[in-house]
Amino acid sequence: MTPWLQANNVGHHFGGLSAISGFNLELRPGELVGLIGPNGAGKTTVFNLITGVYRAAEGSIQFQGRELVGLTPWIISGLGIARTFQNIRIFKQLSVLDNVRIAYYQHARYSLAEALLHLGRYRREERRLTQSAMEILGLLHLEAYADEQADSLPYGLQRRLEIARALATGATLLLLDEPAAGMNPVEVGQLMEFIGWIRRQFNLTILLIEHQMRLVTGICERVLVLDFGVTIAEGRPDEIQNNAQVLEAYLGQAEDG
Amino acid sequence: MNRHWIIGLLLLAGAGLSWAIPRYELLNPYLQATLMYLGINIILATSLNLINGYLGEFSVGHAGFMAVGAYVSAILTVMLIPVGAAIWRFPLAILAGGGAAALTGLVVAIPAFRTRGDYLAIVTLAFAMIVKSALENINAIGGPRGLLGIEGLSTMPWIFAWTVLSVWVIRNFVYSNPGRGVLAIREDEVAAELMGVNTRWVKIRAFMIASFFAGVAGGLFTHLLQFISPRIFDITKTTDILVMVYLGGVGSIGGSIMGASLFTVLQECLRPLGVWRMVIMPLLLILLMLFRPRGIMGLRDFPWFRPSVECPQRPPEIHHS
Repeated sequence: MTPWLQANNVGHHFGGLSAISGFNLELRPGELVGLIGPNGAGKTTVFNLITGVYRAAEGSIQFQGRELVGLTPWIISGLGIARTFQNIRIFKQLSVLDNVRIAYYQHARYSLAEALLHLGRYRREERRLTQSAMEILGLLHLEAYADEQADSLPYGLQRRLEIARALATGATLLLLDEPAAGMNPVEVGQLMEFIGWIRRQFNLTILLIEHQMRLVTGICERVLVLDFGVTIAEGRPDEIQNNAQVLEAYLGQAEDG
Repeated sequence: MNRHWIIGLLLLAGAGLSWAIPRYELLNPYLQATLMYLGINIILATSLNLINGYLGEFSVGHAGFMAVGAYVSAILTVMLIPVGAAIWRFPLAILAGGGAAALTGLVVAIPAFRTRGDYLAIVTLAFAMIVKSALENINAIGGPRGLLGIEGLSTMPWIFAWTVLSVWVIRNFVYSNPGRGVLAIREDEVAAELMGVNTRWVKIRAFMIASFFAGVAGGLFTHLLQFISPRIFDITKTTDILVMVYLGGVGSIGGSIMGASLFTVLQECLRPLGVWRMVIMPLLLILLMLFRPRGIMGLRDFPWFRPSVECPQRPPEIHHS
């Protein structure tokens, strides 16, 4: 099978500081892969490079055979890559519904003139967008909050809204940046089920960054371990857990769970 | 639809009044003029709100775009479009003024939105100063003395029609897909871009729309005052518009209408104070920023401004699982 996402020898640095070097990654369609490593290892940098927030200084990143390096984030989003953020970045002062509708930005099929005059395709398209936004909210049990201001939701629902927004873009590759941050063990258990469910429901390939080892070992099929911007290990979760280098670099020092 | 009927009737009544008031002198000329300036102020406030409220940037160049629209439309009616063009002369001149302002907006926006942050304030400030000194140095249009002999084409029905049209179009824009892109940028530019919003183009487009209506307001203003000089469009004019926007409320169409109305009334009430008005208005702005930074309506709007198609239609049965 051809890889869904392929990163070859990717390198990036901030000033003289190397954030990531010689990074390779291959995601097959439908895979769920974890990216772990100590703080500052370059995990979020990888996400920023894939989504075009940073432009990779070296190497290539290909999505379904198409080169991503040099494309702007909004074009990359249109190709089918969506992400969430470590510190939630929903559109706080907008309604829950509008948060999701913004993700349809590129899917609306009416012109600026039709928008200014509310004529032509405007009504039909707005109705369609609102309806599918409500459907996604319904699937994620958020429809009751559609008219609420997004930052009035409790923390857990804000995380779910962020995922709803990412799904609404029509993404086939979802990047989750620490989805379990700040969650208690019960919530982590629910989140694991939830990630598995959206993956089947929306046919997703998922790459996730996580510190909670229970989630990583519980649902990831493959794990990549980063340390100081370099991949130090790759394999099944159970293999990784017993890798001496990983234990030394990561699990030996930082107590997580 | 019930709501549509009420709005339709109100507009019809407004149109009728705008015709009847000058025709039968239902109000004295001073009040008539105040009403007409109110209409122009509403256009100015709603259009600036698009940038400073909805987009969340900070522009201080609105008077500059107003000046472009004012001069272009005045030059057209005074020098270029023959009187024979009859009824089309005035709307064409106003549209041309708006178009010229929008193009100027494009020229300002392209460099200004290359970078993020406060640059727009600096760029627009410089722009407004350039416009003013450029106008002062072109003798063909009167230089610093200004342009005379402009006909009083801005009648009350025209101003009413343009005000309604401007507010309607800006409201339509805000409640549409391109408008949601603008809101998303205000909330989180990085997240907006990652959700597929071409942020740079969306910002430029919003800026051009706002400039267009500033130009329209400028054109109406010229043909009401029947005289323009570069001095009219200095930084105090921009400050006035800023007060209207922040008084009424950022990110709110109803707020801008309210802000423009309050400002216009206040300005007339304070007129006996003479130069002290220049102290009171900025003071008001400072107090407002301190105690109610988002203005009276801040980010809220009257529900009947929202198009019904925008509201969520919930399925009749709520499924649990």
